[in-house]
Amino acid sequence: MTTDVQGLGAGDSKLRDPRVRAIIYQILVIVLFVAFVAYVGNNTADNLDKRGIATGLGFLQQPSGFGIGIVLLMDYSSQTSTHFDVLLIGIINTLAVSIAGIFFATLIGFTFGVLRLSKNWVVSRIAYVYIEVVRNIPLLVQLLFWYFAVWGTLPLWKESFQIGDNFYVNNRGINFPSIIPTDGFWLIPVGLLAAIALSVVVSKWARKRQDLTGQPFPVFWASVGMIVILPLIAAIIMGLPFNIDYPTVARFGLRGGWVLEPEFLALLTGLCVYTGAFIAEIVRSGINSVSHGQTEAAHSLGIAPGLTTRLVVLPQALRVIVPPLTSQYLNLLKNSSLATAIGYADITAIFAGTTLNQTGQAIEVIAITMLFYLSISLIISMFMNWYNKRISLVER
Amino acid sequence: MAIVKTERHPDMPPPTSEAGVIGWIKNNLVSSPLNVVLTVISIYVVWIAASNLISYAFINANFAGDSRADCTGTGACWVFIKVRFGQIMYGFYPVDERWRVDVGYILGAIGIFGILSDWVKNKKWPALYMFAVYPIICFFLFSGGYFGLTVVDTSEWGGLFLTLVLASVSIFVALPLGIVLALGRRSEMPVVRMLCVGFIELIRGVPLITVLFMSSVMLPLFLPEGMNFDKLVRALVGMSLFSAAYMAEVVRGGLQAIPKGQMEAANSLGLGFWQAVGLIVLPQALKISIPSIVNTFIGLFKDTTLVLIIGLLDLLSIVKAGTTDKEWLGMATEGYVFVAATFWVFCFSMSRYSIWLENKLHTGHKR
Repeated sequence: MTTDVQGLGAGDSKLRDPRVRAIIYQILVIVLFVAFVAYVGNNTADNLDKRGIATGLGFLQQPSGFGIGIVLLMDYSSQTSTHFDVLLIGIINTLAVSIAGIFFATLIGFTFGVLRLSKNWVVSRIAYVYIEVVRNIPLLVQLLFWYFAVWGTLPLWKESFQIGDNFYVNNRGINFPSIIPTDGFWLIPVGLLAAIALSVVVSKWARKRQDLTGQPFPVFWASVGMIVILPLIAAIIMGLPFNIDYPTVARFGLRGGWVLEPEFLALLTGLCVYTGAFIAEIVRSGINSVSHGQTEAAHSLGIAPGLTTRLVVLPQALRVIVPPLTSQYLNLLKNSSLATAIGYADITAIFAGTTLNQTGQAIEVIAITMLFYLSISLIISMFMNWYNKRISLVER
Repeated sequence: MAIVKTERHPDMPPPTSEAGVIGWIKNNLVSSPLNVVLTVISIYVVWIAASNLISYAFINANFAGDSRADCTGTGACWVFIKVRFGQIMYGFYPVDERWRVDVGYILGAIGIFGILSDWVKNKKWPALYMFAVYPIICFFLFSGGYFGLTVVDTSEWGGLFLTLVLASVSIFVALPLGIVLALGRRSEMPVVRMLCVGFIELIRGVPLITVLFMSSVMLPLFLPEGMNFDKLVRALVGMSLFSAAYMAEVVRGGLQAIPKGQMEAANSLGLGFWQAVGLIVLPQALKISIPSIVNTFIGLFKDTTLVLIIGLLDLLSIVKAGTTDKEWLGMATEGYVFVAATFWVFCFSMSRYSIWLENKLHTGHKR
């Protein structure tokens, strides 16, 4: 490129104007992009034509014709259910394992993040070894390890480990008593919702009162009490409206109760242990980022160590922790798709796997799957952004 | 007065309760009753874990022999790994041709040494070798068909070799593509910016498996009839696009850290956009994002295991296939522990390197 000043004002001056050039470049990019899309679209249409695959979402109404290992909240039979049901089951299973995973990973992460900072050398080293070992091994290897080498090598159901009388642990999963609702069960969730709503009201009232009078109110214990007591009262009013179904030993296995399948357990343990290690590092660096002067200042004001952590250090650490924590949650959601490798029936395994293979509707299936992950990612990041805004520093 | 000392009293050693081994134990292990309990519990946990691990992996393990019958110990049976070691390293690459892979490793090691070592001052030649010459050599060396080398189909590639091929080709494509995407994302032209943002966010919002499914199932549909790639290339396309999106975000982080004045100064000296970017902005931006690039590469390296799901025989899937061999049933733990240990060695050393590099590069831009 030349810096030919004399060129300015000459015949090609328009071309030397950055704004004009920008427009030309962009038109060029659009043309190239449209041409690329048209070329790909054309090829795809040709190929689909030759293979006799009809485009469109009609395949969702076709009967699926294959069995699914884990079905929650829905009725499913391989004869009558459609591919749309398969999609729904996949979505439910993905969400189930992701939500449980996010919960336990956060628990593990915060525990080990704090342990890593412990003044006790042995404790801190244990946390360090856990973090460094787990972070540097691919998740898929860990999942296969949990599935084949841990849950898969448990004893057969006849020799299950028993915890108490009603918990059985064997290579088909964990069996435990289930609650079967009868008439009038509805009041219990209503009681729970009422308790949660009341807790929110109480915490608002308590904050207002503390702002006015300086008197604190034990919001946490009051909320816990309400959340336990209100559903309990509801249950007693309706005369315990549920039956408890205990697992029993039958001829070909354990019957009754609820079962957590080994696929689910392996995926959940794998995801939690893996993501927990990353969260632990995030928590550690977040707490480290709060300068020690803050703690010293709080101590010199006479605030007790526990309160210092809760009122001074954590709120400041959370500001640093939340953004990377969000991306770990998103990673967990996306990593739950590795379920395919161990046979847990998530959306990728049954919809993007089996349904795709049966119907051949590659484009629609992959597009729906991607759309699902994108929208859940969006929801999680919107929620975390809202939370981040709530806790972020209010500057004058 | 006589009580005033005129000479300095010699320094006393620190109290034994505060220094040396005893002081360290006092401050780090038994500083409070709670700490005593924690220390005892954790030492017990470490003892149980370590003794079980050592007896599993070494004391009760089998090393000698060459068949299932030699697995007599109660611990691990490393015979399984030993018997299949060639396969685990090279896949089904013909035994007589495996020297080609080794030559490729050696040539790569020389290049990496040239780039990383402090002894080589001028990095131009090693960089040119690594990014222009080496890939071409490897292509001909590994796939063959020229210079009297027999053709080795990519379906025969496997094991650790395939894992390394996947990781290095992906990073080789992803780095330049990521830089372009990052520049596009910061462009002032709305069309370019929107296209780049759309691509980056789309890829980052979905799991790698769906991208791999897409490249393995949909790519054949996108191409004109008769034009088709083999499985490996399709996987490589998916992995490269995926890591390019992540690389773009890393590079964008680096670009954002460079003050705008750098670009303006370059422009005021008469440099055009590409000159300013290539000579002024990018060298600084890439320098500060090298640790993050290494971290992304570690993630990419771990993610290569996902090709198991689309049926390529990388390190993990060849071991997994081995554990389902009728003769070697029940070797799952040994197999996965070995794979885990291999990946751990690679990833841990890379992450140490990235931390070391971060400290070394910790010079400019930080106030």
